[in-house]
Amino acid sequence: MNYLHEIGKYFLMLKLVFRKPQRARVFKEALTREIEELGVKSIGIIAFISFFIGGVIALQTALNLSNPLIPKSLIGFAAKRSIILEFAPTFCSIILAGKVGSYITSSIGTMRVTEQIDALEVMGINSLNYLVLPKIIATVLFYPFLIILGMVLAIFGGWVAGTLTGLFSGVDYIEGLQTDFDPYLIQYSIIKTLVFAFIIATVPSFHGYYVKGGSLEVGKASTQSVVWTTVLIVITNYLLTQMLLT
Amino acid sequence: MIEVKSLYKGFNGNEILKGISAKFETGKTNLIIGQSGSGKTVFLKSLIGLHTPEKGTIEFDGRVNIEMDSDERRQLRQEIGMVFQGSALFDSQTVEENVMFPLKMFTKQPDKEMLERANFVLKRVDLVGSNKKYVAELSGGMQKRVAIARAIVMNPKYLFCDEPNSGLDPQTAILIDNLIKEITEEYQITTIINTHDMNSVMEIGEKIIFLKNGKKAWEGSKEEIFKTDNEAVVNFVYSSNLFKKVREAYLNETN
Repeated sequence: MNYLHEIGKYFLMLKLVFRKPQRARVFKEALTREIEELGVKSIGIIAFISFFIGGVIALQTALNLSNPLIPKSLIGFAAKRSIILEFAPTFCSIILAGKVGSYITSSIGTMRVTEQIDALEVMGINSLNYLVLPKIIATVLFYPFLIILGMVLAIFGGWVAGTLTGLFSGVDYIEGLQTDFDPYLIQYSIIKTLVFAFIIATVPSFHGYYVKGGSLEVGKASTQSVVWTTVLIVITNYLLTQMLLT
Repeated sequence: MIEVKSLYKGFNGNEILKGISAKFETGKTNLIIGQSGSGKTVFLKSLIGLHTPEKGTIEFDGRVNIEMDSDERRQLRQEIGMVFQGSALFDSQTVEENVMFPLKMFTKQPDKEMLERANFVLKRVDLVGSNKKYVAELSGGMQKRVAIARAIVMNPKYLFCDEPNSGLDPQTAILIDNLIKEITEEYQITTIINTHDMNSVMEIGEKIIFLKNGKKAWEGSKEEIFKTDNEAVVNFVYSSNLFKKVREAYLNETN
């Protein structure tokens, strides 16, 4: 029953979030700030992880394809597929759920326990719309670029790893990348990213907004929000894969 | 003027406010006193609309809360200034941005005019030269001043303060009390202050309401509080020897 109550509360929250912003100018300022906080400041971690994981994917694939009858270009092909289909949209989103999710919950939760949200409400401001809508728009607008950056760097990381270790040649790898390229897979990946971006913005906001107590509860809410965001991403990933690829 | 009639509010079956009725006059500092847990904060939050009362009405200069539509309610919210116990300033913004925030949200004034207004109220609360500082860089007293500046920047008709001098040293607490009283008289605001600071009662208490267990147990002025024989009030207000002596001195002087 408690879960049903929380799910209902989450959707009621969304109803209040999706209202026309009270001042377009203030909304634009908030959006710019959120794009920087939630998007631009995540470029570094996504770039770093993508590059190295891409390298590992390529190396693992190469080490498991030791049969001389299997063409070396298959390494590039398999790495490309793994990166585009799963690593970039899902793995990167889970990383963002940890980094951005905890930030969103703790910042909104702190505003709640220090009465800053009450101050907004007393002024007659729709605090959910003011605080959460810019976060949703920022993540939905920016994360596709972040995920595409992750794809490019992961594929590049695979090429660098192969070249440095000599397990496969750059020519074979690039040939694999170009083999049987299906643009729909990119679309599928972007659709997943958009859904995950929405989850990353709203679930932690929900946990932060409705926190009760003090700083200890804000910390607990941050942990919970990361767990629930990750769980939802994993479940949604399965559902979307079944809907879009089968 | 704010008139409250038979206000009831509870949480999870636990009744906190039990039929409070009171009148708060314009241009006066109205104090609500009472022990922790007596319902002061719930009462104040019900008045400003953060809690919805279960029964009873609140009348703001003839406008009854339960009869207002959403536009009237929005309008009323813009006539309310609130100073929270912990100041509730936006810590991601500078002093100037905090004070200008209500203007940005509710007026279409050009930046220059908003800045002029913000500087005016900051000067009024004696906080010049701190415009670009962030909240974390300010002392407790300065934060309270910024909170007051933000509360009055829209020229409110009603000012609510929840424990405005809690956590402040006695000297700063008196300065904040006097500032609120001056602003109330100067701009003819209806001011309601929650406090359990007896210095505030003695300094600025033009009308005092004493709450006990969610009910109004006593009401009067600061002069009347010296003379009252209401046991609950006497036990609460004169719990310290210092105030007992102040009371004795006052009574000896007046008799």
